[in-house]
Formats: sequence, structure tokens, C-alpha cells
Amino acid sequence: MKFLDNMSFGQYVPADSPIHRADPRCKIVSAVALITGVFLVKEPLGFSSWIAVLIFLSRLSRIGIPMMLRTVRPVMLLIAFTAVINVFFTSGTPLWEMGPVSITSEGIRMGIYMSLRLLLLVLFANLLTLTTSPMALADGIESLLSPFKKIGMPAHDIAMMMTIALRFIPTLLNETDRIMKAQLARGADLDRGGLIRRLKAFIPVLIPLFVIVFQRADDLAVAMEARCYRGGGGRTRMKPFIWSWRDGLSLVFVIISVVVITLLEGRLKL
Amino acid sequence: MDISIASLQGLSYSYLEVGNLALDGIDLEVQRGDWIALLGGNGSGKSTLAKHFNALLTPMQGACFICGMDSRDDKNLWEIRKTVSMVFQNPENQIVSTVVEDDTAFGPENLGLPTEEIRARVDRALKIAGLWDKAEVASYTLSGGQKQRLAIAGAIAMDTPCIVLDEPTAMLDPQGRKEVMDLLKSLHDKGTTIIHITHRLEEIENATKVVVLKKGKLVWRGTPKELFLRQELESWGLELPPMVAMWRELAKMGTIGQDVPPETERLVQALCQSL
Repeated sequence: MKFLDNMSFGQYVPADSPIHRADPRCKIVSAVALITGVFLVKEPLGFSSWIAVLIFLSRLSRIGIPMMLRTVRPVMLLIAFTAVINVFFTSGTPLWEMGPVSITSEGIRMGIYMSLRLLLLVLFANLLTLTTSPMALADGIESLLSPFKKIGMPAHDIAMMMTIALRFIPTLLNETDRIMKAQLARGADLDRGGLIRRLKAFIPVLIPLFVIVFQRADDLAVAMEARCYRGGGGRTRMKPFIWSWRDGLSLVFVIISVVVITLLEGRLKL
Repeated sequence: MDISIASLQGLSYSYLEVGNLALDGIDLEVQRGDWIALLGGNGSGKSTLAKHFNALLTPMQGACFICGMDSRDDKNLWEIRKTVSMVFQNPENQIVSTVVEDDTAFGPENLGLPTEEIRARVDRALKIAGLWDKAEVASYTLSGGQKQRLAIAGAIAMDTPCIVLDEPTAMLDPQGRKEVMDLLKSLHDKGTTIIHITHRLEEIENATKVVVLKKGKLVWRGTPKELFLRQELESWGLELPPMVAMWRELAKMGTIGQDVPPETERLVQALCQSL
């Protein structure tokens, strides 16, 4: 049995789809625009529009809703927590009261909206990482950040760090899994007791993990140097970006949909 | 003009300012087309020596010339790494990118080659390494042997005349080991110079030269077959494969001639004839 699952962290899934083929810069800007759009809506109409957009995009990307939903598993707790906090701590007309605790209709609405917002945010962000290889993602970010190079931002280094971080997620998950099993085999008790006890129990997992991470980082640095890596200067790309008219058109559509959904919702509310 | 890939002259190296030498006065010539098996037990300095071949380490005393370039001169660093590529023990720790072909492209991209050239090199390297059908899959889905072949593909894509492999099979299962050894054989047949660091004597049958290190000193050099007849193997931290051990005993007893190679088939043939 695996304690941790690779897929659930939004790792790149290679496939052939219009979204996979799109220019990473287009996808990054679109994802930012979509997430902004999600935060601009406040009514059921807006949320349902964004859910429709999400379903459309995930169909288009051939990723499929079930796999998309699996990617939110790690943040489910956070979403549930947000919902509960909002339900109990929003003031308004109380529906149910017991001492200082009260549930208001505004609270319920707020809870549902906030968790929907988070859910959509994570799903749109994951749609980006599921359809874009880390290398392309990093190159896209590097390209988008390159105007800031003039003011001293190390665009290439940031992008390379991201690539490597994403590349090592599955490796380190496997590693954590192995260490957890090893400690369990020695009688470690990882999932009983209160929060403090659990955190303490996790220390024997974290320390070997840290040691391994540093060793790996060192090995990787040597291997990269051996392969003539010397920073971003003079590097070329096997897959250079080609911004096609499709990318331009997609981006225009995304921005139009953000504007339309936001405006439409505002108008209908009045 | 000359066919020397690497020339080590009295090379010494120490990880500490003072203290034990990790390498002590190594003299070694590597010719184009060689397959050097660099043997030694743990702590013999073989990995340290490996890192000298592409200037990841530079000698503290003596000199290391790669295709005539002095590795102590920083100006040569770039050219040396274009001449000698390296593959390390743990395939997991040398894969930079998630996608197989992107990782193979990492080296050529660093060289600043034009896009078409990178594409051509990556395609060629993946075909040689037998990963052509895996070009677009995620590297974490590969088996151990496939991952190590991916690391070797990265080295092939650098198009270097010489590849140094530091215990490339140590973390692999028997199937993965066979895949990697077959790949090395085909690379050597294509004319690539191979420097193979290992402590498994099963893997040296194709070597043209064998070099044994012990405590940082080069203690022996010769051919694989000469090595199998040496008595000092154990004190060098090496273990004979069962088949070779049998061959050695039979050869010593005079049952078979020493000209019979220590290969299963030939050994059985020779035995049958002598009965």
C-alpha cells in the first residue's frame, strides 16, 4: 500500500490535446486570469459559469473530471476548514444558536462560496500543471519574467528551481513513503494521539528525509555541472516557444469570459 | 592528431587540506576506443578518480590532461566537459526534467546548440538507448534500468568521444544491469571510449584494460583474463564471479587450458572435450 500518491499533486500528465499543445505563456496568463475571475464573482450564477468553464477546459485537455478531482485531495482539509470557519463566524441572521455559537444563513452561504472559490482556484491551477511539462512551465515563467531581468531578477534561476522542485515531488513522495514504512516497521506510531504527539512522531520521518534531500541536491548539482550547466547564459531550447494565432485567440477568449462573467453577474444582481 | 583521450600523470588528490590522500600518484593513459574497467573496493578512490576525467575535481598534485587539455586550467573546463560526459550511480539524482526527451535535451541545451541540432541529437540518443518509444513519458514512470539508460542517453546526446560511468549498475536489479551493460557494449562498438567504474567483476568481460585501485593507489593493470588469475583479488576488495572462480580452479588444475575464455559456453565445451 502506498501512503502517498503521485497523481494527487497535480503532476504533469503527458497527452495530446489542444491545451497540452498551447504555448505555456498563454496557459500561465490564462490561469492567472481565470483565478482572478473566480475571485471576482459573488453569486451562484458566477460560480456555475466558472464550473462550466472548468468542465469545458478539462474535457478539452482530455484530463477528465475524476482525475481533476483527485488533485484536490491534499487540500480538501483546508477547504473543509475554510467552510466551517465561515459557517460559524459570519455574522447575520441566526438560524441556530447555542450559547456563543451560532449558524447564520449568511454564514452557510459564505462557507459554500469560499470553499467553492478555493476548489476552483486549485482546480484551475492544477489544470495548468497537469497539462504543461515542468520544463515548459519553467521556461514560460522565465520568459514572462524576463522583462524584470533588467532590474536584477534572476528569472532563469527561479525557473530552474521550479523545474527541479516539480521534478522531485514524486521522488520525494516515494522517499517519504519508504521512510514512513521503515519507521513503522520499527514500531513508530505515526497516526495516533493528539496533534502535538503526531507532530513529534513525525520527527523521525522528517530528519532522514532532510538528510536525503540534501544528498540528492548535492548529487544533482554535480550531475548538472557535468552536463555543462552554467546558468541561463548561452542556453538554447529544443522546443522554442511559438506563439501561434491560436494562443492569442485563446487568451482573448479567456479574458473576454472573465470580463463577461463578472459584468453579467453584477448586472443580474441589480 | 593523437589518440589519447586522457592522460593522468602522478595525479594526487585529497578531500582535506591535510590528511589521507584519496588518490596518490595515479599514472594512467586512456586511448581512443578503450574500454577501461576501473576496479576497487569501497573507499579505494575510484569515484574520486572518475570525477577527474571531466574536471569536476582537479588534481592537487600531478596533472590530468583530457585530449591534451590541462584540467587545472579553468579556460579548458568547458571543452573538457564537451569531451567527456559522466553518468553517476543513482539515476534518480541525475535526471533534471520530468519528461524523458526534455531531460535528454538538457545537456545539448546547455551547449547552446541550435534547435534542430538538439532535436536530432536527442532523437539519436533516445534511439540508441532504446527509449525512443518513451520519449514523451514522465521519467518517474520508468524502471530503474530505463532511468539509468535515460541518464546514459543524456550523455550520448552530449556527443562526447568518451563516457565515464561511475558504478552505473550498482542500484539496479539484474534485468536493469543487463540493459545497461548491453547499451555500453553497443556504444563501445560504435567507437565511444568507455571508462567504467565498478566493483563487479561480471561486468568487465568487454573491457580492453583493467585498472585496480586500492587506498588511492593504482595497484595493478592488465587485461580481464590476467586479472582473474591474480591471487590478490580479495585483498583488493574484489570478488570473483562463480563462473570465473570455477574457470580459475580448472585452469590451475590443468583440466582446461588458460586460453579458454571464462564464458559459460566455452567452459562447458572445454570441459566436455577433456572428459
